[in-house]
Amino acid sequence: MVATQSKQADPMGPGAGGPGREMRYREAFNKTLRDELRRDPSVFIMGEDVAGGAGREHLGIIDSWGGPFAATKGLIQEFGAKRIKDTPISEAAMVGAAVGAALTGTRPVVDLMYFDFTTVAFDQLLSNAAKSRYMFGGQTKIPITLFARSGAGTGHAAQHSENFYSIIAHIPGLKCVAPSDPYTVRGLLAAAIRDDDPVIVCNHKKLINLSGFVPDESYTIEIGKGRRLREGNDVTLVGMSWTTEVCKQAAEKLAAEGVGADVIDVLSMSPLDEGIILDSVKKTNRVVIVDEDTPRCSMASEIAAVIADQAFDYLDAPVKRVTGPHTPVPYSRPLETAFIPDAAAVVGTTKKLLGLE
Amino acid sequence: MQIPKEKLSWLYETMYRIRRFEERLLEETVKGNAMGVAHTSDGEEAGPTGICAHLNEKDWIGSTHRGHGHCIAKGVDTKRMMAEIFGRHTGLCKGKGGSMHIADFSKGMLGANGIVGASVPLAVGAALSARYFGSDSIGVSFFGDGATSQGVVHESMNLAAIWRLPVIFACENNHYAESTPVEYAVAGHDIADRAAGYGIPGVVVDGMDVFAVYEAAGEAVRRARAGEGPTLLELKTYRYHGHYHADEPLKYRLKEEEDLWKKRDPIPAFEQRVVAQKLMPASELEATRKKIDAEIEAAVKFALESPLPPVDELYTDVYVNYSNPVQGLR
Repeated sequence: MVATQSKQADPMGPGAGGPGREMRYREAFNKTLRDELRRDPSVFIMGEDVAGGAGREHLGIIDSWGGPFAATKGLIQEFGAKRIKDTPISEAAMVGAAVGAALTGTRPVVDLMYFDFTTVAFDQLLSNAAKSRYMFGGQTKIPITLFARSGAGTGHAAQHSENFYSIIAHIPGLKCVAPSDPYTVRGLLAAAIRDDDPVIVCNHKKLINLSGFVPDESYTIEIGKGRRLREGNDVTLVGMSWTTEVCKQAAEKLAAEGVGADVIDVLSMSPLDEGIILDSVKKTNRVVIVDEDTPRCSMASEIAAVIADQAFDYLDAPVKRVTGPHTPVPYSRPLETAFIPDAAAVVGTTKKLLGLE
Repeated sequence: MQIPKEKLSWLYETMYRIRRFEERLLEETVKGNAMGVAHTSDGEEAGPTGICAHLNEKDWIGSTHRGHGHCIAKGVDTKRMMAEIFGRHTGLCKGKGGSMHIADFSKGMLGANGIVGASVPLAVGAALSARYFGSDSIGVSFFGDGATSQGVVHESMNLAAIWRLPVIFACENNHYAESTPVEYAVAGHDIADRAAGYGIPGVVVDGMDVFAVYEAAGEAVRRARAGEGPTLLELKTYRYHGHYHADEPLKYRLKEEEDLWKKRDPIPAFEQRVVAQKLMPASELEATRKKIDAEIEAAVKFALESPLPPVDELYTDVYVNYSNPVQGLR
C-alpha cells in the first residue's frame, strides 16, 4: 500500500541550497495532505466542512471553502468525495468511526477543527483509540491522525482557544505533536499520517499564516525529536507551538543585553525528547519553560519534573515556568494578550533567574 | 423461512455453546478462578446466534461488556476466551483485556467494550472501511437498551444513515441497564421506533426466538450487502443473571417476571420445535450437548493450566513504536 519511502529530515531545517520555496504554514499543511493522499490510497480525510457544501454537486457546488482554515481546500477536486468526506457535527462518531476504520485497514485523517473539540470525542480517544492495541494484546494497530487548531491570540475566546497538550500527552497510547513553522508542519504531519499509532497534530492559530522555507521534496520529521533553534550558554528557553516564537523573540532581546539563550523547540509532546532538554540544561544550568497552557499539570510542569528528577545537580537556580494563568482564555484583546506568555515575561523571568534584576 | 439443515445444527450448537460457556464461567468465577467481573448473557443467546448465522469471517462485529455470546457466535475459540477471562498469557489478548475486552481480529470481532455505546461507531467505521475498499463485508453493532441513551449511538446511526453504510444496529433490549428498568430510562415506546428518525427500517424482534432473529437478520444483512443502508433491530430479550456475577437481580425485579421469561428460554424452545417438526432428531441435540459440554470442560482445563503473563507484558503493546519510552517512576 505504501509507495516510496521518502527521506527522514533533520528537524533543524532543510539546510541551504535544496529546491523549495517560501510558503505559509497553512499551505505547507495542505500540500502535505495532498502528498500523503497521493502516496497511500488507504489514507482518507473526514471532518466537518473538509470540502464544504457536500451533496450539492448537482447545483455545481464542489468544495465551498475547505473548512475555516482552508486546510483541505481544493483536495476534493483531485481525490473526490470518497476520500474527502464531509461529516455532520459528530466528533464522537467521527473519531469512533475513524478508529473502527483504522482497525479494519484504512488510515483515516480526521479534522477536528478546534483542539477544544477533542473533548467532545474524548471517550473515543481515550477508551478506543488509545487503548485498543493494549487491551487487545497487540492484535491490532490504530493508524489514525487527528488535527486541530490550538491556542489563544485570535479572538476565538474560551471555547476555541485550548492549549491542553498535557491532557493528550498524559494518555498512554496517544501521541501528540505541535509543529511550530511551515518546515516542521510538513515533516511532522507526514510522519503522523504514516505512523501506525494515533497521533494528534496541533496547529496553533497564530502560526497558521507564518511563512517559511519548505523543500519541494516530501520528507518526514521523526515524532519524538525536539530541536535546538539557537545556541547559548547562560539559560535554556524551552518553547512549544506558539511559545517557540516567543522564546525566539525573547532570546533576541536577551542577546542584546549580553545573555546567551539556548532555545529548544519541543515539537513533540508525546513522545517527549527529554534528552535535548536535559543536555541543554546541563550546559546552561538554568531553564525557563514557556507554555501557553494553564499552569497546573501542564507540559511545563512535566518538563520541570523531568529536569528536577534528572538534572538536579546541574541546576544553579530553580526551574522556572512562564505559562498562561489558571483561567479560561478571555475574549477582549487586552485580556487575551495578558493571558498569553510574551517575550517580555520570558526576558523578565530570565533576568531574575540570572540575578540581573 | 426455510433454514438449511447444517445451519439449524449450527444455531443449536452455538446457542448451547454460549449457555454452557457462561454457566461454567460463573461457577469458576465464584471459585475465584476468573480474575475480575463476569457479565453473563444467559437468556440472550438467540440474538447473536441468529444474526451471526448470516455473517462470515470478513464481516465485523462490535460488542459490549456482555460480549461472550457475540464472540462465540462469531466463531471465537472458547479455550482462548476462557484463558483470557482467567487472566492467562494464552488468552486472546494475552490476559491484558479480560472479559470486557475480548477481541479476535482474525474472526472479525472488534472487541468487547467496557464503555456502554462506545463500540457502536467502531462497527460503523468497519462498514466505512468495507465501502472504502469495495468489499461486500458488513459491520454489526451489538449494544444494549442502556446504550440507546448515549449520544455517540445517535451520532453513529445518523452517520451510517446519511452514508448508507452496510451496518446493522442490533439492540439487545434485555430490559435493564444494570438495575435501571428500560421503561424508566428510555423514552418512547419501542427502541426500534427511533429508526424512523434516521429514515432507516426499525424492526422489533422476539429476541428469545432464534428463528425470528434469523429471519429478521437475514433481511437486514441482505439490505446491507445490497447497498441499501443500515437497519435497526430491537431484540426483546432477558438476562437470567444479574448485571454481573455478584449482582442479586431480585433486589430490583420480580421473581414472577424472571419466571415468565425463563419459560420462553430460546434453547428448550428450539429443541421442542425442531423435534416436533422433525427437523432434527433429539439424539442429535443430545450429542451436540455432550460435545459442547466436553469442549467447555476442556476450555476450563486449558485456562487453569495456562501460564500467567510475565510481568514484562505490562509494558508491551502500548504503541507500535514510541521513541522515548516512559517507565513508571518509583
